[in-house]
Amino acid sequence: MNLQAALPLTDSAFALTLALLLLAPLAIAGVALINTGLGRSRSAAQALLGNLAMVAVAAIVFAVVGAAITGNLPGTPGAAAGHSFYAAGKPWSWLGAGPFLLGGLGSVPALSQLAVLFELLAVAMVVIIPWGSGADRLRLSAGVSISAVLAAVIFPLLAHWVWAGGWLSQLGVNFSLGAGFLDGGGAGTAHVLGGISALAVVWIAGSRRGKFPKEGLATAMPGHNAVYVAFGCLLALVGWLAWNVAGAVIWLHAPLAALPVTAVNTLLSASGALAATFTVTRVRFGKPDASLCANGWLAGLVASSACAGLVTSAESIFIGLAAGIITPLLVELLELAVSIDDPSGAITVHAVGGLWGLLAAGVFAPQAGQLVAQLIGIATLLGLVLPGVYLIFKVLDRFVPFRVDPDGERIGMDLHELGGGAYPEFVIHRDDSYR
Amino acid sequence: MKYAGLLVMAAGFFLSISAIVLYTSPTPRAAFVLCGLAVQGLGLFVAMRAHMEARGESRS
Repeated sequence: MNLQAALPLTDSAFALTLALLLLAPLAIAGVALINTGLGRSRSAAQALLGNLAMVAVAAIVFAVVGAAITGNLPGTPGAAAGHSFYAAGKPWSWLGAGPFLLGGLGSVPALSQLAVLFELLAVAMVVIIPWGSGADRLRLSAGVSISAVLAAVIFPLLAHWVWAGGWLSQLGVNFSLGAGFLDGGGAGTAHVLGGISALAVVWIAGSRRGKFPKEGLATAMPGHNAVYVAFGCLLALVGWLAWNVAGAVIWLHAPLAALPVTAVNTLLSASGALAATFTVTRVRFGKPDASLCANGWLAGLVASSACAGLVTSAESIFIGLAAGIITPLLVELLELAVSIDDPSGAITVHAVGGLWGLLAAGVFAPQAGQLVAQLIGIATLLGLVLPGVYLIFKVLDRFVPFRVDPDGERIGMDLHELGGGAYPEFVIHRDDSYR
Repeated sequence: MKYAGLLVMAAGFFLSISAIVLYTSPTPRAAFVLCGLAVQGLGLFVAMRAHMEARGESRS
């Protein structure tokens, strides 16, 4: 995944990719709707406003600082070759270097401009994922602070390693590991990063009040609007199709003739996942579960982000089926056995779904050594990024407390933080109605 | 305990990275990388366990 090594884009490929990237925000809109629908009604306005605010902050911070660290603007004034150290006689590029405030964006090659737009959208996706997991107790100020940190440092570093000639992308050149770590649709760089950020948020903010009573099982706190959730899934499909196809052009340098297969694989993966989750929940609970089916669908899309441009259609269905089986079981395990209160299921959907997709891309890849390259990428996300994110968030929590005070949680985030509810003409459930 | 688990996960990462530096043959390289991932799994288990214990103490 080295932009400098790619052939220049033809005008038609540029126009197509740009058009696709203009549709990709529908994936963000879909995830935002799902986040809102899976939270409580008394926090719905704060949830949706939080998604917007986090996207806005992430876009500005990434443009000002993050893009310089990513280093995907070669040849611009202020750009340097990046920073590398040498180990085992090989260069390990760990930090990009480019102009601040996207200086010179209009003068770089078309492919680099598209890459920056893709990264800008990817960082917007990253920041809204933990917001869904912290629903009903994460303060707006904490959300935008998390967004700023992710967009300024963590995402740009990872994006440099994977997409901008960094050490993960060079595993193939330096260590003969296939084509290096491949992540065409951002399964690792966007979704796993978002998912492990969600885990760190849940660890730090804790669970919602009354979720885990002193005795008995965890209290069920169902999402307040299944229509938002299902419609979010449909919106996400459109965005994901655009996202994966654009990623295949930009990062995998796929020819135009290979793009329909990427789109077909994306849909097949999501469809396989939904079919599997539908069946598992039907067998397990007697009736299919709407919110778990939505999670399964999304997990299939996330898994496809890693491998839709690399696998066959039959393999895509298998990848989706596996994601759809894992998702409902893991959501239940995390809640009941591990006491993780994750209202949107983001840890399972984005972190585990993304990791599965990255692994599958290695398993089904024809090149020798590709599986090891994917495993190294997974090890980096789990062993370097997760501890780093947790430590940074822990320090951030000292300055900007993540969790709202008990009174705010009791009256709902809408009234507490915004002074008004999302549904003023409807009766809102009291806390003890869940008992 | 959570920090210990995260530290073990970081150790697993360095184990995986050292595999590609130390070995050129695919089989020991893959085996070493898998060992690193297994260590990370252990670290994640410890961190999750620490979260469960903390939740158990603060249940209301």
